[in-house]
Amino acid sequence: MKRLFGIGVFVCALLSAAAPNHELRFCLPGDPKTFDALHVSDQHSEVIRYLTGGVLLRVNRVTDQLQPELADSWKLSDGGRAITFNLRAGLKFSDGSPLTASDVARTLNAALDPKQASPAGDTFRSEQGDPTVRVVSPLEITIRYAQPKPGIDRLFDALSILPANSGRLPASAGPFFVSEYRPGDYVRLARNPNYWKRDSAGRQLPRLDSIRIDIQPNREIEVTRFLRGETHLINKIEPENFDRVAKEMPAAARNPGASLDSEFMWFNQAPAAAIPDWKRKWFASAAFRHAVSASIHRDDLARVVFRGYAHPAAGPLSPSNRFWFNASLKPLSFNPQSALRGLASEGFSLRDGILRDRGGHAVEFSLITNSGNRPREAMAAVIQDDLRKIGIQVNIVTLDFSSLIERIAKTAQYEACLLGFTNVEIDPIEQMNVWLSSGPQHQWWPLQKSPATQWEARVDKLMLLQASEPARELRKKAFDEVQRIVVEQEPFIYLVNPDYLTAVSPSLHGVQPVTAPPQLLWNIESLSLE
Amino acid sequence: MRRNFKRAAISLLLLIGMTAIFAPSLAPYDYSRQFREAPNSPAGSQFPMGTDDLGRDRFSRLLYATRVSILLAPAAALVSILIALLVAAAAGRVLSGLTTLCLSLPWIFLFIILRATLPLNTRPIASILITFGLMGVAGWAWPARIFAASIRQMKHSGWLLQARASGIASWRIALIHLWPHLRAIAIAQFRVLIPSYILAEASLGLLGLGVAEPLPSWGNLLAELQHPGRVHDNPWILAPLALLMLVMISLEALQPSREVVA
Repeated sequence: MKRLFGIGVFVCALLSAAAPNHELRFCLPGDPKTFDALHVSDQHSEVIRYLTGGVLLRVNRVTDQLQPELADSWKLSDGGRAITFNLRAGLKFSDGSPLTASDVARTLNAALDPKQASPAGDTFRSEQGDPTVRVVSPLEITIRYAQPKPGIDRLFDALSILPANSGRLPASAGPFFVSEYRPGDYVRLARNPNYWKRDSAGRQLPRLDSIRIDIQPNREIEVTRFLRGETHLINKIEPENFDRVAKEMPAAARNPGASLDSEFMWFNQAPAAAIPDWKRKWFASAAFRHAVSASIHRDDLARVVFRGYAHPAAGPLSPSNRFWFNASLKPLSFNPQSALRGLASEGFSLRDGILRDRGGHAVEFSLITNSGNRPREAMAAVIQDDLRKIGIQVNIVTLDFSSLIERIAKTAQYEACLLGFTNVEIDPIEQMNVWLSSGPQHQWWPLQKSPATQWEARVDKLMLLQASEPARELRKKAFDEVQRIVVEQEPFIYLVNPDYLTAVSPSLHGVQPVTAPPQLLWNIESLSLE
Repeated sequence: MRRNFKRAAISLLLLIGMTAIFAPSLAPYDYSRQFREAPNSPAGSQFPMGTDDLGRDRFSRLLYATRVSILLAPAAALVSILIALLVAAAAGRVLSGLTTLCLSLPWIFLFIILRATLPLNTRPIASILITFGLMGVAGWAWPARIFAASIRQMKHSGWLLQARASGIASWRIALIHLWPHLRAIAIAQFRVLIPSYILAEASLGLLGLGVAEPLPSWGNLLAELQHPGRVHDNPWILAPLALLMLVMISLEALQPSREVVA
């Protein structure tokens, strides 16, 4: 018996010695599609890229300022046409191979190679052609454009420098590298022994030994596991589960305020849509869109649907995007009476509880949204109820996400859509495809050959201006006007900005929640476990 | 004992049926009315079963949902059984291939294609009728296979040969001689199809079919059970599940005993 007990103790000791002491654990809802940093197009892969990728510069998610990483200095020159980086000496990838300017050049050229079709390369392209890359010395590199490229330095926050030989689990220059992957089960990241960064006391970072990311599509299970102490954080949590965490583990629930995300709806104005002419006229009328907007109780959406963890939206950007948000914009107040007056001036009349247009057609439209997203389904039900009060019949149709995308991006066979926009970047240059009338994401009428309205022509002009103007303040002025026009015309009816809700175990130290992705993980090298 | 059980089952089904029919008179509120000051309220004097996350009275919604599900799911199951009986009796040898083909069809994709062809502007009532109609038409294959196997067994029995030799008309043989033997299978299949259609209706909601907001059904009320935390706060969320179980047990009690079938 004693011998058995002894063996048991020995096995336990062996197991505890084998298990990493400082392993951070959290869940992702799905598998990353790739570990190739140049081909990341989904959020899960982006998390892995951020944790493993070594970049020349990093945007500090708290101060929004650029800070040096692999490059210890950089310089913009030639009126914003060129940027020169000086790399740190002695940099190495996780496999021990040296990192030089040639690796930076090879990575950028690969990203720009049309055969690679790299999403990372798209942001570096310019209408005047691709930049030229020149290796000045092993520690110096210059990238030059034909015309000024606004925000060129910030682009390097998303370009992970790759080693010459990238395998299935590539080496990295970031704080961690992918050491193990079991599809559908977990991804394990190990500490990069050659990571360059040190803390103020001179100790090498990162502080964690490893990170285990479990693939867990069920959010309820994710919350249960967190509450049991099996994981250390939930990067993004829904209001209902946030309340559950706040109730069972108050110290873990954190709400840093409004996120960068927006929930909004729009009417389909695309000519390709099979919509009767009279409906097309409603949807094209700014007065009709205003009336619908003024009849939606945004405060109720925030309070009831999001349990108070959301704010009525004032416009295209969330107020948490502090620099670019136009602070003069205020959320539209709920006013169905004013909506009815506005509709009356357009020839609509409310009879027997049914709103009719000048031609006597009852106002009715279908509203599509993605199924399985409870807050969005509930928002649709609130909108349906609000609009019923001004005599508008809304038929809610929930569709699986791929069918919904098929309708809004390809066939244009829908009348109105309720969806959310997850802002990954805070700079409006990333929204060119939304606001340019020729853009594919100009959702109410995409890919216009020429602007359909005068205000869209003005928005086009302002967007191109801010995209070519190097001075940040002038860019801000142009984009402020874009926001004002969008709020006046309401092609998108902005509804709420949900709060960024998160859960962090008290045993995890150094966390500074921010609204910009990757939220809790942005300073991963500084996080530590008790 | 069994007779009492049967009586209780009939009474319960009648009670649920009557409740469903008179839901508009019994419900304290309209099923779509949102009391936005009182979302997720616990059970109390104003709301006997509390409210849902939009402040809608759970009791009123349950009554209307019962109306939708208790009338339409059995109707769809009946359609499936009737089609299955007709196909099994008429198709003979062709049946095997037909049912295999039908069972091997990727119905989920067919429903997605079907949703794409249906107009989006469908009122909730029309949407639910289409959904249950589709389930009724699509769900005949399994029962048909079972009916066919039973009919094949009976085809060579002495009493059937004698009936044929006596010149009794086919429809009379089917109705008077075959049906009593198939009745127990039909009821069993009917009983199996009802809950599966109620739950399938909730799943079809993911494809844009099913019961659209704000109309309640047992299916979309049961979908709340995906969030087990809510049950702790308001156990009345389990009410549709309890009703579904009661209906199933009652239908089981109505199943003819083996002695009667024999």
